[in-house]
Amino acid sequence: MKKYTVTDIPRTERIKKLIDNLYAKMPVIEADRGILVTESYKSTENEPIISRRAKAFMHICKNIPITIRDFELIVGSATKNPRGCQVFPEYSFEWLENEFDTVATRTADPFYISDETKATLHEVYKYWKGKTTSDLATSYMSPETLKAIEHNIFTPGNYFYNGIGHVTVNYGKILEKGLDGIISEAKEALSAISPEDPSYIKRSQFLNAVILSCEAAEIYAARYAALALELAKKETDSARRGELLVIASNCSRVPKEGARSFYEACQSFWFIQMLLQVESSGHSISPGRFDQYMYPYFKNDLEAGKITREAAQELMDCIWVKLNDLNKVRDAASAEGFAGYSLFQNLIAGGQTKDGFDATNDLSFMCIQATMHVRLPQPSFSVRVWNGTPHEFMIKAAELTRTGVGLPAYYNDEVIIPSLLSRGLSIEDARDYNIIGCVEPQKSGKTDGWHDAAFYNMCRPLELVFSDGYDDGEFIGVHTGDVTKMKTFEEFYNAYKAQNNYMLKLLVNADNSIDVAHSERCPLPFQSSMVEDCIGRGKSLQEGGAIYNFTGPQGFGIANMADSLYAVKTLVFDQKKITMYELKDAIDHNFGEDIPDKIAEAKTQKEIKKIADSGKTITDSMIMETYKKIKTSGMQPYQRAKYRKVRELIDSIPKFGNDIPEIDAFARDVAYTYTRPLEKFRNPRGGIFQAGLYPVSANVPLGAQTGATPDGRLAYTPVADGVSPSAGKDVHGPTSSANSVSKLDHGIASNGTLFNMKFHPSALEGRSGLESFVALIRAYFDQKGSHMQFNVVSRETLRDAQAHPENYKSLVVRVAGYSALFTTLSKSLQDDIINRTEQMSF
Amino acid sequence: MIEQFENVTGRIFDIQKFSVHDGPGIRTIVFLKGCYLRCRWCCNPESQEYHIEKMIRNGKEVTVGRDVTVGEVMEDILKDVPYYRRSGGGVTLSGGEALAQPDFAVALLSACKEYGLNTAIETTGFADFSVIERYIPVCDLFLMDIKHTDSAKHKEFTTQPNEIILENAVKIAHKAKKLIIRVPVIPTFNDTPEEISSIANFAKSLGTVTELHLLPYHRLGYDKYVGLSREYKMGDIPVPSKEHMEILRSAAMASGLDIIIGG
Repeated sequence: MKKYTVTDIPRTERIKKLIDNLYAKMPVIEADRGILVTESYKSTENEPIISRRAKAFMHICKNIPITIRDFELIVGSATKNPRGCQVFPEYSFEWLENEFDTVATRTADPFYISDETKATLHEVYKYWKGKTTSDLATSYMSPETLKAIEHNIFTPGNYFYNGIGHVTVNYGKILEKGLDGIISEAKEALSAISPEDPSYIKRSQFLNAVILSCEAAEIYAARYAALALELAKKETDSARRGELLVIASNCSRVPKEGARSFYEACQSFWFIQMLLQVESSGHSISPGRFDQYMYPYFKNDLEAGKITREAAQELMDCIWVKLNDLNKVRDAASAEGFAGYSLFQNLIAGGQTKDGFDATNDLSFMCIQATMHVRLPQPSFSVRVWNGTPHEFMIKAAELTRTGVGLPAYYNDEVIIPSLLSRGLSIEDARDYNIIGCVEPQKSGKTDGWHDAAFYNMCRPLELVFSDGYDDGEFIGVHTGDVTKMKTFEEFYNAYKAQNNYMLKLLVNADNSIDVAHSERCPLPFQSSMVEDCIGRGKSLQEGGAIYNFTGPQGFGIANMADSLYAVKTLVFDQKKITMYELKDAIDHNFGEDIPDKIAEAKTQKEIKKIADSGKTITDSMIMETYKKIKTSGMQPYQRAKYRKVRELIDSIPKFGNDIPEIDAFARDVAYTYTRPLEKFRNPRGGIFQAGLYPVSANVPLGAQTGATPDGRLAYTPVADGVSPSAGKDVHGPTSSANSVSKLDHGIASNGTLFNMKFHPSALEGRSGLESFVALIRAYFDQKGSHMQFNVVSRETLRDAQAHPENYKSLVVRVAGYSALFTTLSKSLQDDIINRTEQMSF
Repeated sequence: MIEQFENVTGRIFDIQKFSVHDGPGIRTIVFLKGCYLRCRWCCNPESQEYHIEKMIRNGKEVTVGRDVTVGEVMEDILKDVPYYRRSGGGVTLSGGEALAQPDFAVALLSACKEYGLNTAIETTGFADFSVIERYIPVCDLFLMDIKHTDSAKHKEFTTQPNEIILENAVKIAHKAKKLIIRVPVIPTFNDTPEEISSIANFAKSLGTVTELHLLPYHRLGYDKYVGLSREYKMGDIPVPSKEHMEILRSAAMASGLDIIIGG
């Protein structure tokens, strides 16, 4: 009767040691990759870009320092130092050079950088001026687009400054055939094209680049085999010597050839996973359905008596630790948006097979176990849920949730599969989906989804309605007329749509410019070798080699928009309790409240600079005066009282997140203003745009660039997170909140939606607590919600962690689409997490 | 069918979603206004009076109590049907006293049964049995308090004697689909092993009861007394410790019942 082995497997001593070593020191920036890529580029000037990329990858694989860390069973490190990071000047570099002196002391994700590295990189960077993808993309954008970006209407920063990443390659194929298998495939394709064929030139260049990059990866692994052998010779401990010899044997076999055992498969997987992140700086290189493609190796070994369950678990735990060894330095602003040193390597268990049967197996349970053992932010661990998901699997996942690690995220097959079908995937491919990065579904090994194409702040076009297209004194939108003269709500809503549609076009222009820049300056032959149909079509992923191509920018602020529009409709037009002028006046004066110090300081500096530039002398008292005026908007007490009254009025009307059909319908419609126009646009790779509705953690920094909104949200405070209700506005418990969110159309947001709930651990106490929790997820999913994730910590715990970070170094919270160490987050983000509604049961 | 219940009116003061401690699964609790008892420790003092009243909550005056129809309440209850279905949950009527508004309560429970929902009431059991009898066909679970076996002490702390309650317990045990006995564990009132054992033994003697819940006293109602300008008669009495609850649990276990701390 027992179908799965669900009993806990204990964690070995080795895993603890690996984790301790990994977190012993602050992460370091290393220069090696930066030097090597530059050397190679200098020697390949004037060659086709695809061969330059392959040669650079070869040069790196041959020469980058390699290391085997103590106690490791799975080897392959991108940096000498644990959790270190390399640099990728081909994408962008100015920001890092500008931040050399602050990167170690900044609040979000600090990195140590030595003076020597600074000097070296300073030299390296001289070569790259004007040669980066970022430079090229900028030159491709329309002037209006650049202006919209400057005014923070949207932020395409991720791919603007970094590699694309956001892919799941066909791991299963490498495990089975090895890179040699890919090389033969490329050679075969090469021999099939005749030289007189006009496509011969480009295709043969690409296929040769594929062959060279696969060979580079094989050489890299062979270096590890040699190093392990060398270390084994010197090793005095006989047990460790034995381990090193096995490592040497593994590395001489994989990923060159197919894996013959579970251990070889694990090592093969890891080399691929790691090298993809050496070729490019793109994050969200997601392992995907690990429990599926690894299972045959596990099953064979187990049945043949070649491995025990415990040994297999330890190998998986080792991979889980290694996923945290990779790191990436981002610019200070992006670091706030992606806080927590996260690489978003999403690994998913459970779900359905491509034939529609339940896919849960023993490894699915062991994936949960590994996450319990390591309790680290990576992998971003997810589970797929469908009507046929075994209850014991849900309970085991809920047990993991209860640990407070913020994992797993739960995904609903019953929404995602039809959603992918509507985007043109075959039924088999749709059933075989996995999650990329935060919450983005796709089919592995066939997709270039550009899943994290931009952050789009839905509240900003609303601000433009109030200002007739002006922002900060500059005209950046379209003219929609004087807002105070609008006669009907429809007129107001149409004005919003007009501002919004205009900005969406600019967003598309920004993304497509960046897209083209990547195809011209950074095509990736190694990554492309493992995604269909790049070899068949003879072109890289960046040039449209994948079967499925998308661009997925993320909208956020739905709850604010729904509440804002509802407030305008109810108070101004329906009940006529305030005039539009009064509302605008209150918003302009931040509802009678001061603006935050930091913002006031920045604005003062800007203002003073303007005065100074005009030639006037600046005095201390002038600075103080300006600061005070900006901070208080020059309000008198009677004015404050008047504006606060407006806010009280707004607070008194119902809000999204409380299961009120009228507002929920509003939210659904607001989401359509973003999701529907987007799918009409096309990208240069032959695919369409598809919307996501999630903010990662950008709702905090981008909220800090957004003025007060008609929902009563104060200026520069965080915008609502994902599709979740505004913080503190859902006051009728988790079921009401979930019911509201489920009213949105999750299917059309095929790039993913994000619903965050925070639970006090008491809500999950005992078996009955787990049962209720599972039922809550199931019932939300029955109503076609697509994603759900949970923070299970107490408010007190978080406050204490804020005050005494030293005691909470391993406290993991779910930030948005991923888990992060709480103490590494910036103060404002910590506050945001604390302030989110705490859903308690009584 | 549902039409005949729809317009029956009653007086409630709250509807609480996602309750997981008052009956099986995820439940919605409807709190009826008005109670026959005045328990000193009551954590819902705003539930006691039948009349609609004002109280101060978080510095603001709010109205407690509203008259509703069964139809209105059902509309709210039905919003969480997916959660009941997935958890085996349903609806619990609490109070106040669920037996104090029989026309409304029975209509509401009947309407719930029309929709196939699991139903429960949380009650003191202080009513004529003829009233209770009306609930039996439409109530899947009685969660009934036995606060003390000694009538004098019962009266001292709740203002009512317990004879009628104990008699009703015997009848409910034999006629209802399921009965669970609950004991609020109140320091200075019933928190000795002897008193708890006595209740447990009584519950066991009912024959059909298998489960007894010990609900430790808490002070979460304190602010409400302030908000209603009423005296909090429990003073500073501390809540029972975890250890003490375990001692009481062991004592009650001797009866042979399943003893659960909390609901």
